[in-house]
Amino acid sequence: MASVGKVRVRLFARLADMAGTRATEVDLGEGLTAGDAYRMLCREHPAMAGLEGSLMYAVNAEYVSADQPLRDGDELALIPPVSGGSMELGTWNLEQESDVL
Amino acid sequence: MFFEVTPEHLNPEKLVSHVRMDEAGAVVLFYGVVRDNNMGRRVDHLEYDAYPEMAEKVMRELATEIMGRFPVTDIAIQHRTGRLEIGEASLLVAVSSPHRKEGFEAAAALVDRFKEVVPVWKKEVWEGGEEWIEGEPVKR
Repeated sequence: MASVGKVRVRLFARLADMAGTRATEVDLGEGLTAGDAYRMLCREHPAMAGLEGSLMYAVNAEYVSADQPLRDGDELALIPPVSGGSMELGTWNLEQESDVL
Repeated sequence: MFFEVTPEHLNPEKLVSHVRMDEAGAVVLFYGVVRDNNMGRRVDHLEYDAYPEMAEKVMRELATEIMGRFPVTDIAIQHRTGRLEIGEASLLVAVSSPHRKEGFEAAAALVDRFKEVVPVWKKEVWEGGEEWIEGEPVKR
């Protein structure tokens, strides 16, 4: 697959530990998606594999779906399930409408 | 509105001063702190990781959404990163409103939602081990 640019990838929390780095790059092939980039990184860092079911993706700090195509110069973030705040669990009703996610 | 992800100590008075205004009779402050136990385990300390640029952006989107759902006048949110000891504040949310009821409701909804979508993670460290705590994957 011919490279048509580069995408910077940021890793956090468990993923950063698994990869041993917080930032890396992937060569952008024609039509490469966020999910494709994750799978390419898994070949380099096999410990990161198997998280498709729980991982979220952000491109240029905006949540996107796994099939979002990437462009040269994009910043992709691989986002494991978040756990900020203090130590009780949230009770948000996921049926509730929201534009954020 | 004010949103910040910072490695510095959180200051509740400063956050309250961001949202207090003359037409608001209530400021609700959520002060989230590090607890010394979780799931039956004694916690020594926590380490928070974040994607700060995106976290601040998502906080702003969340606050805008909450202000559309509840009659509140202003919202400010701060999250700390790095190593936090027991009793230290990790998350502050301040909501001002004309009356207390909508302030409490808005603050509760905001904190619940925060834990699902804001890209911040905590690692629990105890004697002899550590683990990244992950929330429920969001179904989309």
